[in-house]
Amino acid sequence: MAGITIPAIYFPEIIISKIESSLQSLGYMDLLSYQDTALHKIDPRAKFITSLFFILTVVSFGKYEISMLMPFVFYPVFLLTAGNIPAGYILKKILYVSPFAFMIGVFNPFFDQNVILHLGNTGISGGWISFISIMLRFALTVSTALALIACTGFNNICFALNRLGAPKIFAVQLLFLYRYIFVMAEEAARMVRARNLRSFNGKGKGIKTYGPLLGNLLLRTINRAERIHLAMICRGFDGNIRIMNKYKFGLRELFFVSGWISLFLIFRFINISQLAGILVTGLFI
Amino acid sequence: MHMADALISPAVGGSMLAVTAGLIGYSSKKLKENLDEKVIPLMGVLGAFIFAGQMINFTIPATGSSGHIGGGMLLSILLGPYAAFITIASVLIIQAFFFADGGLLALGCNIVNMGLFPCFICYTLIYKKIVRGSVDRKKIFIGTTLAVVIGLQMGAFSVVLETIASGISALPFKTFVLLMQPIHLAIGLVEGIATSAIILFIYNAQPELAAGPAGINESVSVFPAKKVFIGLIAGTIIVGGMFSWFASTHPDGLEWSMFKTAGVEELEGPEHGVHSLLGIIQKKTAFLPDYSFRVSENAPKEEGEAVWPSVNAGTSVSGIVGGVLTLLLALLAGFLLKKRKKVAGNN
Repeated sequence: MAGITIPAIYFPEIIISKIESSLQSLGYMDLLSYQDTALHKIDPRAKFITSLFFILTVVSFGKYEISMLMPFVFYPVFLLTAGNIPAGYILKKILYVSPFAFMIGVFNPFFDQNVILHLGNTGISGGWISFISIMLRFALTVSTALALIACTGFNNICFALNRLGAPKIFAVQLLFLYRYIFVMAEEAARMVRARNLRSFNGKGKGIKTYGPLLGNLLLRTINRAERIHLAMICRGFDGNIRIMNKYKFGLRELFFVSGWISLFLIFRFINISQLAGILVTGLFI
Repeated sequence: MHMADALISPAVGGSMLAVTAGLIGYSSKKLKENLDEKVIPLMGVLGAFIFAGQMINFTIPATGSSGHIGGGMLLSILLGPYAAFITIASVLIIQAFFFADGGLLALGCNIVNMGLFPCFICYTLIYKKIVRGSVDRKKIFIGTTLAVVIGLQMGAFSVVLETIASGISALPFKTFVLLMQPIHLAIGLVEGIATSAIILFIYNAQPELAAGPAGINESVSVFPAKKVFIGLIAGTIIVGGMFSWFASTHPDGLEWSMFKTAGVEELEGPEHGVHSLLGIIQKKTAFLPDYSFRVSENAPKEEGEAVWPSVNAGTSVSGIVGGVLTLLLALLAGFLLKKRKKVAGNN
């Protein structure tokens, strides 16, 4: 039998399915959020508000802006460093989700061919500049969102949403959803694995088995929800979920929010990149 | 079809977020009015089901590709529009945070595109109209598939409108529509058939679940479309106006570049290095937000060799050098801090 060992690479779907890899990355992000750095200890509301303001400022630039976006890199880099989050992992995730922004942005060079910048003899069209700008915005906003969750944790985000005025029903079922994603995804992954192992040449993966497969999962889900509800009643659930308040919006949070927001405003209205460039080209060239 | 932060303007993102917040608040209120408390865990767990279910694919014969469910319509059929809207919004929030599908600012757009249309419009106006009276398999199949297809068409069209209104992409409206609608017709058909396959299975196994919202008072599944839409439009206008100052502080990028091509005439004595830096800071404080005036002032080298379009090369070069420098500086700072931390950790 030694001659017919089949390399695992022929069955990538069986070895690790899409669900399992999603589950893994979800679990990893969750794990990162349990760290104990100074950044993790800051009230989630402060981080949430600051990050939202950051994104708002980044997308508020005109579509040909590149140099003024550069200083904004400081914020995600700060979150990744202070929160002790592996930058390589976040970068990989950014690349993985880039297709949509890329697909839309890549049309810009075709539709916008006005040359607006000359570097030596080569003219660069507005389309290319706005395309680069889109990808830069994309990297900035996505890395911030990912870093925010990795240094805050989803439960704390729900807490922040609730304290910032989101309805309680919404916050509570968001917590439920997050908790049960792990359970449901594992169950789904087992079903997919079982189907893959029983399927030859792709047979049996069509809509005929799909309906009953997901239908069964759905029925089990609904039964599970009933059991959960009964268990909750046994433990004294009265329709009200109390979310523990372990954070305080103190002086530290005030500094965090106001410091970063004023920095964003400076980056927004003063072209730091160009000032630095003039300084350097003026001194050395 | 998740919208990304990179493609929208603050005005569009902000107004859509406001619309979403309003709808979530309204739906929560409606749910609370006749809450069967059983529904909270049901919503949460069904949301998790949608999340997992979207990752289970089936093969589409003769194409080599595969499809999966969308979620909005399935949830609406099982839970009614209000609970379904809140649940699909939650699924999208988790996708935005953990998988960066879409973004935080684009979340409002995504919830409107993938939640508002299927849950409130297509479920009430299409599915409910077709599947009523004596329910049978054919009605369920046609109702579900049609509702999903139309919901997705609306969502795709809404993506186009949001992108065009934001003005970041250069895609012309017509091209974009012709690109999005047919693709989403195919996706809609696949999602519609997948969704009805599941609903039909449930209808066979436990007909009472497929017949109407589970565990929710029927009165909650009626949607006063007119009232809500007036509120939505009012909210959009108010917030859109509020956010647009953000966009209008600076001239549009094209105008800016046109000014640069036309307006480089005022020349001053040579300014370099620190001197010019100080000069610029001083000028900056004078003309603060209007940077179209500033750009032309620091490139005296161009005199006489104004090739059309004479973009100020000096400014561009320093912009590029400075940009790269800032980027490197940020990365270096992060790297050094990390290293220091490691050393401190080892001690």
